[in-house]
Amino acid sequence: MADYREMWKELGMDVETHDDLCAVLPQAIGDVFLSQKNRPEKMDYFDFVIAEVHGVRPAELKKFREEGGKVFGTFCTYVPDEIIFAAGGISTGLCAGSQFWVPGGEQVLPPNVCPLIKASVGARLTRTCPFFRLADIYIGETTCDGKKKAYEILGEDVPMYIMDLPQMKRPEDVDKWAGEIKKLLVKAEEVTGNKVTVAALKENIHMINEKRKALMRLYKLRQNPVVPISGTDVLLISQIAYYDDPTRFTQKVNELCDELDERVANGVSVVPEGNKRILVSGTPMAVPNWKMHNIIETSGATVVCEETCTGTRYFENLVDESGETLDELIHALAERYMKINCACFTPNSGRIDDIRRLAKDYKADGIIDIHLKFCTTYDVEEYFVEREMKKDGTPFLEIETDYTDSDTQQLKTRVEAFIEMLS
Amino acid sequence: MYYIGIDIGSTASKVCVLPPEDGKPEEIMRCEVLPTGWSSKVTSASIKEKLEPYLNSDEGSKTVATGYGRISVDYADKVITEISCHARGGYELAGQNCSVIDIGGQDTKFISVRNGKAIDFLMNDKCAAGTGKFIEVMANRLGVDIADMFALAQEGHDNGSPVSISSLCTVFAESEVINYMGEGKDKEDLAAGIIQSVALKVATLVQRRELQDYVILTGGLSQSRFLASLLSNELNAEVHPMDNGRFAGALGAALLAKEKL
Repeated sequence: MADYREMWKELGMDVETHDDLCAVLPQAIGDVFLSQKNRPEKMDYFDFVIAEVHGVRPAELKKFREEGGKVFGTFCTYVPDEIIFAAGGISTGLCAGSQFWVPGGEQVLPPNVCPLIKASVGARLTRTCPFFRLADIYIGETTCDGKKKAYEILGEDVPMYIMDLPQMKRPEDVDKWAGEIKKLLVKAEEVTGNKVTVAALKENIHMINEKRKALMRLYKLRQNPVVPISGTDVLLISQIAYYDDPTRFTQKVNELCDELDERVANGVSVVPEGNKRILVSGTPMAVPNWKMHNIIETSGATVVCEETCTGTRYFENLVDESGETLDELIHALAERYMKINCACFTPNSGRIDDIRRLAKDYKADGIIDIHLKFCTTYDVEEYFVEREMKKDGTPFLEIETDYTDSDTQQLKTRVEAFIEMLS
Repeated sequence: MYYIGIDIGSTASKVCVLPPEDGKPEEIMRCEVLPTGWSSKVTSASIKEKLEPYLNSDEGSKTVATGYGRISVDYADKVITEISCHARGGYELAGQNCSVIDIGGQDTKFISVRNGKAIDFLMNDKCAAGTGKFIEVMANRLGVDIADMFALAQEGHDNGSPVSISSLCTVFAESEVINYMGEGKDKEDLAAGIIQSVALKVATLVQRRELQDYVILTGGLSQSRFLASLLSNELNAEVHPMDNGRFAGALGAALLAKEKL
């Protein structure tokens, strides 16, 4: 990473401790990404963004704030970016995916909380992530219990606004979510000092829809028998989607897809023929959590789709752009976001339908359901996922893991055995 | 051609050499076990020395390595996971489709086997409870070796007075055992409780899956009639102990060397 120490100091970061994180990043990027063979050239943009993860984009956000803009930090795919951008703010994802931040989180959280929550809290409290410093306000949501309570702790250190996410999917719950989105709109107006107009909201709904379409296009390319891009590379793109400038990101994904179109036309695959195709389902993989994709793809299989928040849950379903009033547009947003199937809902049978559909569309040879340790909702729901997939005769492997490397060898054995089983 | 299977486990390493012509299990030429020790690289090198006559023979040889240390067997023609090897070896020992319960030094596996191939498997991933490591730690605490531990446990069981160990975690279970020792409980009753708790943990894992009609035990504890009978009780199904069960992985590796290479 280039030298951003001055900026980090200005942001009040603990620069010395942060250096330890910067020191390991190049090696990790080299091992996980650059060592892959026959990568698309257009991955260079995403390689650059991840190499400069704590520099380039934070510098843009810093400049934006100096010019009076407000940055909103978010933690969940249910929080509608459209509202924040329509109010003239910038939304950036804050979920943390490194063991580096976990001990900091454990200073205030019990050890048996999921690593994503511990790392996110740790990243804030230890002042070792610029994004956590740059957000003027954090937008939380009532998804799982661990997050809800962790937001109370974060709220003592940073302005925190919580959206009350319903946990069921009845029509009245969609209405309720529309009400919550409306409240977020009022809050966003208050924070930015800008009024959200119908035109602005329409424009930003369109912008985020374009981003979704680009990701849909990228994912669709992976349905081909010829695999033009590795799962590890797509995971990186999905992670970057959470914090990059949406318009630029969309353009870069589309440029990459142009290259991938050619690859498919010319039969250029990143993996040997006959490699087993894996659908990954489960909990989000926040940057820089590349652990399972790396294990799977260095064990002779290819990840062809992710049914996760860093995957299809992020971009499936477009928002209806036809509304002509704020209320209509807000309701359209609520309808789209309530189609996301997270295990914090009950019942959540829509997720089973999703996984079944994705396994078919992506011609998966097997499913690996991966959940973070202490994620009760996904852990319990795995019971249904496994039962239903086995009913279909789809080979299925459950993995529970965290951000440490302590179980890498055991996981490798399990994944390799699973792939042997598919052969 | 000699077909060699090398299974470098976390605690013990097993080697199996199949005879040149036709490797039926009763003709297993050579099965050996030695402790893995601190380095699987060193172990793999010392196995190589022992195997020189086969590796350098005019007959030629094919080697498959398995187990946690499989990567360190740099002279292997192929590495295959212990899941697939135990499936193949277990199928050979059982002589039919079966469920394999493999209690290893570091983890416990449950494998459904059809035609020598794993069709489904489960591994304990939460902790060391229900593994050989647990018994090792507890035997150490009681000041006995594994064989004595099982003898004592059988006694405690026959007396009908096993002490129930309720902790799920090896570390806490050890503290629990220390408490009972402080209370002056009998060693055989503690030993019985410890083995009983392993059987319970293993059964809890296995019960997540459907059992095949024939169930066998493999791994270092596979010859134990006592453990097999406790498991049979917990599972309501007959679990067959296997005298050569600890070689299931190495045998499977050797057979796969023959069939896949």
